[in-house]
Amino acid sequence: MNTRHRSGITLFPLLVVLGVGLLVASAALSPFSRQKPPPPISNLPEHPQIVSRVDELLANRWHAAGLPPALRAEDFTLLRRLSLVLHGTAPSLAEIREFEADHRTDRVDRWTERLLADRRFADYFARRFARFLIGTDEGQFVVFRRDRFWDWLGNQFHQNRPYDQVVRDMISQRGLWTDNPEVNFVAAVVADGVIDHNKLAGRTTRAFLGQRIDCAQCHHHPFADWKQEQFEGLAACYGQLKITGVGVEDNKTDPYTLLDRLTLQDRTIEPSVPFHPEWFPSAGKNRERLAAWVTHPDNRRFDRALVNRVWGLLFGRPWIQPVDDLPNPHGTGPDAEDLLDLLGADFRAHGCDLKRLISTIIATRLFRSTSQHPGLEATDDLDSFEQAWVAFPLTRLRPEQVIGAMVQASSIKTVDRHSHWTTRAIRFFRELDFVKEYGDLGDDELTERTGTIPQALLRMNSSFAAEWTKSTIFSAAGRIAGMAPDDEACLDLCFLVCLTRHPTAEERSVLLRQLERTHGDERSQVVEDLFWTLFNSPEFCWGH
Amino acid sequence: MLLNRFSRRQFLRLGVSSCGLSFALPSLDLRAAEQRGTERAKTLLTIWLGGGPSQLETWDPHPGTRIGGEVSAIKTTLVGVEIADLYPQMAEQLHHFSLIRSLVSKEGDHERASYMLHTGYRPEPTLVHPSIGSIAIHERPNELVEIPQFVSLGDANFPPRGGFLGERFDAYRIFNPGNNGQNIQALVGSERQTRRLENLSLVSQTFARGRTHKVDQTLHQHTIDAALRMMTSTQLKAFSVEDEPESLRAAYGENSFGKGCLVARRLIEVGICSIEVVLPGFDTHAKNHEGQSARAKTLDPALAALTKDLADRDLLQSTIVLVTGEFGRTPQINPLGGRDHWPSGFSCLLGGGGLPSGMVIGETDPEGNAKLPTDPIEIADLSATILDRMGIDYAKEVMTPIGRPMKFCAGKPIERFRVPKES
Repeated sequence: MNTRHRSGITLFPLLVVLGVGLLVASAALSPFSRQKPPPPISNLPEHPQIVSRVDELLANRWHAAGLPPALRAEDFTLLRRLSLVLHGTAPSLAEIREFEADHRTDRVDRWTERLLADRRFADYFARRFARFLIGTDEGQFVVFRRDRFWDWLGNQFHQNRPYDQVVRDMISQRGLWTDNPEVNFVAAVVADGVIDHNKLAGRTTRAFLGQRIDCAQCHHHPFADWKQEQFEGLAACYGQLKITGVGVEDNKTDPYTLLDRLTLQDRTIEPSVPFHPEWFPSAGKNRERLAAWVTHPDNRRFDRALVNRVWGLLFGRPWIQPVDDLPNPHGTGPDAEDLLDLLGADFRAHGCDLKRLISTIIATRLFRSTSQHPGLEATDDLDSFEQAWVAFPLTRLRPEQVIGAMVQASSIKTVDRHSHWTTRAIRFFRELDFVKEYGDLGDDELTERTGTIPQALLRMNSSFAAEWTKSTIFSAAGRIAGMAPDDEACLDLCFLVCLTRHPTAEERSVLLRQLERTHGDERSQVVEDLFWTLFNSPEFCWGH
Repeated sequence: MLLNRFSRRQFLRLGVSSCGLSFALPSLDLRAAEQRGTERAKTLLTIWLGGGPSQLETWDPHPGTRIGGEVSAIKTTLVGVEIADLYPQMAEQLHHFSLIRSLVSKEGDHERASYMLHTGYRPEPTLVHPSIGSIAIHERPNELVEIPQFVSLGDANFPPRGGFLGERFDAYRIFNPGNNGQNIQALVGSERQTRRLENLSLVSQTFARGRTHKVDQTLHQHTIDAALRMMTSTQLKAFSVEDEPESLRAAYGENSFGKGCLVARRLIEVGICSIEVVLPGFDTHAKNHEGQSARAKTLDPALAALTKDLADRDLLQSTIVLVTGEFGRTPQINPLGGRDHWPSGFSCLLGGGGLPSGMVIGETDPEGNAKLPTDPIEIADLSATILDRMGIDYAKEVMTPIGRPMKFCAGKPIERFRVPKES
């Protein structure tokens, strides 16, 4: 990763020069003015029933906790929230203007569908999923291609391919990591030419079943019923895996053996599964058998794990923490009083449709509520408050979201696939650097966290901060300072671009004075300072 | 869920009040940095050998045996104790250390084993334990220090974390030691900086409305204030090595690890409590001898120079030096000429801080047949030894965010390392 990093940095000045051409061209278009509404989307999905059942379930929870639910968030707040969770960035001024011009009552639903149809959703979600599917370790470059995996997974999400099929491909496909990028799921655990079967088994259960049985690798699970033999049997499902010159293959003959630490003898391990062996086909290649078992229609763990994960990505906090260690499902069938079962059963009944699940959650009252609540002023007991899920949770944005929002805010135009490749390349390489310095969360990114000093320093003083607040003829700060018709508009634009909202009366009264009668460099400096302030505000750095 | 039963907020408040980043006025004892010997507060300096150094190619060679590989053994300043010939300079400094050749753990995966060595606990799904370095700054905050009190130098894969104590107790990371700290210079002059910060408090107030408690809990403003305090501190100079004599820099080695060790010494002088310097690259699954030898060329001069430098400045007495990786490597050499992960009998050096030196604890089987070394030492006991020596109540029970009381350390200090109470 490091060497690729550096090549990014040396490319950087060149990319900037190339990017200038594009930006000059784009400067001709003024997004400051209000725009026409988007064309109507004809087929908004119908899922009121599941949405109201989720609302009901949550309402019972609020009632039990004796807390009234939070009010509905303003549409601009929802717009920002949607862009951050679905695209990993803040909305651009152009997008804000378009949204503002749409006066229909269901504009949030329309906007959700539009964001889900945008390739940026598929790419962003592919990155989020890749974190727990292939980890964040560097991997062995010759046999592992993270970029190909990202791209492949992005394609699956973009086409909204049934998620169970996607998972089956990852577990069981053969071939080259470049031609069949799904095999990178298994190739990711290769180190020094050696396949780590245990890691693969552990990752399979964590990622797809929401259960941590890795510790059963060496001993029985301290709480749950995992036995060491079960773990070994699962690892043996990957026992025939082979890495050759033609990619990932299955070797049919050699049995899977393990060095016994007590006897120091090799033991042969038969592939097996830890529960419901009747879902485990008796014929076929071992990896295909495993894939069928993991994604079996009756395997609620599969659906529940995915729902908890998606919930976590949308709210910044999973329904159950940690995200990949869920309690065993109750009873024999889905429990309608259990949120994970409720959404999981709907997900399964609709062909493991990921986008449907996402738009369902987004349509709930909880997702559309504000993160403000009288309880957050009155109570000291924030934990029980948060367990009641009465308001949208305030959570630390992931570094990718922070940098995504900064990059977007520093440009007036939308940064997406249609942006010039140089713009995208800059974003890509700068993002890698930023994430590392901000503190890469590895594959454990859904744990709640506070801010840190290195993050504060990075936002305040780094080259990133300098670059994205700087007022130039191409940057948002520069163009707002130079082109906004008056002080009011100038201030308003700074707030819209950075925070997706208008300034409050109090903010206006203080900040307008700073802009008064300024021009040229002096005005640019005031705007730069405003950008800096807004980038460093808690409102910018926390999901709300 | 367990979370119900405990207020995370109360927990965080507990953490903040005892955290070393407060704005309390420095105490009058400005001579703390000048103190030496037993008067001086203890520092923990960990030299982290990432990837798992081979005990057979470092401190526990068995030359000429089936498992011995290609090294030979050399004499050291400890009578009767030999180490691998890859470490001639350390052989001259070994009398400052004791040698444990019988560390045992059950963790053979890099991440899990790094966690084990850092925290003294095995990883658990529901809880992240704090590293010993984090416990140290939690228990022994130094109000005189304006820069982070726990610093990790070099590019660690699994840097030590504050765990349930909070991210404030994570190690502050310097990726490229020797080039000052990162991002510590304000971008604009003081007049504009003031305007920026005043405006910030204005928009922060807007945001806090309706969520005051939760916004407090994020520590957003707290970290900005601490960052500002750090930016103006003269102690920042400790991060650069420019004013060190050329000869000394050369002795440490003009590479990232050498500079990291030199910065570590400067941080110790300032009064930093916990430091880790990382040298990665010991994971030699193939061509073990070549790999371990190459690392030794960097480690040997730097560690020897650091030990000598600390001793010369009378800082070794107050600095506990632990040299370890996450595990050792297999006695058996695999078909690729490599050694694989081996947590059942590996070595570390432990010295300084007034700990007894010159001891050699445990023996591994020269034939590689025995499953365990003699006199096995558990990692938790190593952790307890260090915390105890730092004057920290290693068995202190604290409440965790999941409402489960937890001891800082579940081990017991190794009796042989205990020293009579200092007056």
